[in-house]
Amino acid sequence: MKIIVAIKQVPERDAQVRIDAAGKWIDESGLQWALNESDAYALEEALQLKEKNGGEVVVVSAGPERVGTTIREALAKGADRAIHIDCDDLGSRDALGVARLLAAAMKPENPDLVLTGLQSEDLGLGQTGVIVAELLGLPHATLILQVEKTETGLKVKRELEEGWFQSIELPTPAVLTIQSGGNKLRYATLMGIKKAKTKEVRRVTASELGVDGAQVVVLERIALPQKQKSTQMLPGNAKEAAATLVEKLKFEARVL
Amino acid sequence: MSGILVIQEAGRNRISFEALAAGSALVELTGLSLETAAIGDPNSNVFVETSGTPPAVAHAIQHHLLETYTSDGYVHAFEQLIRKLDPSYIVFPHTYQTRDYAPRLATRFGQVLTSDVTAIEAGPAFVRQLFQGKMTGNYRHQGDGPCFISIQAGAFRANPPQEGKTTILPFEPQMTDDVIRTSPGAPFRGAAQTVDLGSAQLIVAVGRGIKDADNLPMVQELATALGAEIAASRPICDNGWLPMERQVGSSGQTVAPKLYLAVGISGAIQHLVGMKGSQCIVAINKDPEAPIFEVADYGIAGDLFEVVPALTEAIKAAGQ
Ligand SMILES: Cc1cc2nc3c(=O)[nH]c(=O)nc-3n(C[C@H](O)[C@H](O)[C@H](O)COP(=O)(O)OP(=O)(O)OC[C@H]3O[C@@H](n4cnc5c(N)ncnc54)[C@H](O)[C@@H]3O)c2cc1C
Repeated sequence: MKIIVAIKQVPERDAQVRIDAAGKWIDESGLQWALNESDAYALEEALQLKEKNGGEVVVVSAGPERVGTTIREALAKGADRAIHIDCDDLGSRDALGVARLLAAAMKPENPDLVLTGLQSEDLGLGQTGVIVAELLGLPHATLILQVEKTETGLKVKRELEEGWFQSIELPTPAVLTIQSGGNKLRYATLMGIKKAKTKEVRRVTASELGVDGAQVVVLERIALPQKQKSTQMLPGNAKEAAATLVEKLKFEARVL
Repeated sequence: MSGILVIQEAGRNRISFEALAAGSALVELTGLSLETAAIGDPNSNVFVETSGTPPAVAHAIQHHLLETYTSDGYVHAFEQLIRKLDPSYIVFPHTYQTRDYAPRLATRFGQVLTSDVTAIEAGPAFVRQLFQGKMTGNYRHQGDGPCFISIQAGAFRANPPQEGKTTILPFEPQMTDDVIRTSPGAPFRGAAQTVDLGSAQLIVAVGRGIKDADNLPMVQELATALGAEIAASRPICDNGWLPMERQVGSSGQTVAPKLYLAVGISGAIQHLVGMKGSQCIVAINKDPEAPIFEVADYGIAGDLFEVVPALTEAIKAAGQ
């Protein structure tokens, strides 16, 4: 089974993000970057499927030079090779624009399965995998926790709301978006990190892929959320704040 | 029609009506007319309960291949209705189902779904969260072609229907069974529930700020001192540190205790929907800008490794 995993590099979770001078995006200088969480689960699922059924795992990522470190991390965990779609203008592409880049890079590979995370931690659009499926003309399923190969294709476990699930059967090739928590994530081994250095990372540009920068939806500005609720922030050191809180809960909110 | 088409989801009335309210907000901004559409029987309650104006017209899409939800079936059916009606805006409730098919439907029109919208401003500009609620972004649709948006749960207040009558128009899409490539099974519940967080009066919920499973006893001690149940955000359960039945949020339990004490939880929307109905919310987080403070009554901006033990002590002392 040939599996392609689309991965995205996003600002590290606890990073203090600040708005840039133009107010259109965050100030990226000095930020730490990481692999998007649900993409890490997508990669894990791909590696486990390969271990069970054989085949190849190829990661694809779009972004500037810095994305290279996240690609190496995926290779160190066990992906066989990578395609880096080299572009500095991700921010001015909408979800369709990015999906067109990914689909164009994937198509000539003729994958049996395409996996993506279900949503990115920065933009949170939760659409890339689904759009890629439409562009490639493949069936898809979203919010997937488990994937099993069957005689005719795949059987997957899909998460529904409020603790419900469902299984879905679908033929391959197919696209799945992976929800977090289905597997335990692996760490890269020292051996893996060493090996990753020799694995193939092919770089392509948007123009080589024949994808323009057309945009249907434009992110015009970003802002800090407007505060609506007046939260009482309790001052002092830990001990003082804790004592005040107990007082408030007892005598003001009366919940203790 | 060149108006606003609001999609309703059968069985998900509340968020469907919130999407209808968002559609009405668009009516105010654009002066366009509004109609609704849903898949299902014209007698189903998603139509019956919105009866009245708006909408004056509702489209009931019916086909035996649509009795069970599939993304292929829904994309195919809605594509035909949208081509027929030619609306300028299509508004969805942001449910798991919408997430599953609406991006694909939009792609069919060369469009992009602006998902999880929380407000609509003049322009129209569509506001949505970025960075898991740490920022917001204003999006604008450009060019010809329909504009697709989906509305976040709880962002708009559902309007009670007004006097009047809705005309329900049946619509039968052309489709054959080869359109549908997936075979979905019936929904099932996860493992048997042994704790009922829904009826708990006091809850201490722990998030990724706890860093390691080894640190959980510290939070457990706080819960014990309070006589509270322990709950968690998703990553804690994903890691297997606490069982999934203790997860609060859109894919876990919905709770409404007297006191919800969130420790090291950032406040992503999928967590908030499961607990924001709590009577009193307390948040402990080292990041004073964390979105959890937006729903909290009391906040302590500080290191949980200092605050939690201090709070356990203070509660024990007060109890004596
Ligand atoms: C379809 C879908 C369904 C989902 N369902 C759910 C769900 O049901 N429930 C749910 O919870 N999530 C759900 N999520 C995930 C959700 O989007 C968030 O990723 C998750 O809630 C984040 O959990 P967290 O707040 O514990 O972690 P983070 O977002 O990583 O937050 C950790 C917080 O801890 C703080 N912190 C760190 N160290 C300290 C310290 N020493 N002292 C004090 N504070 C500290 C940080 O400032 C940060 O705010 C879902 C996501 C999707 C896409």
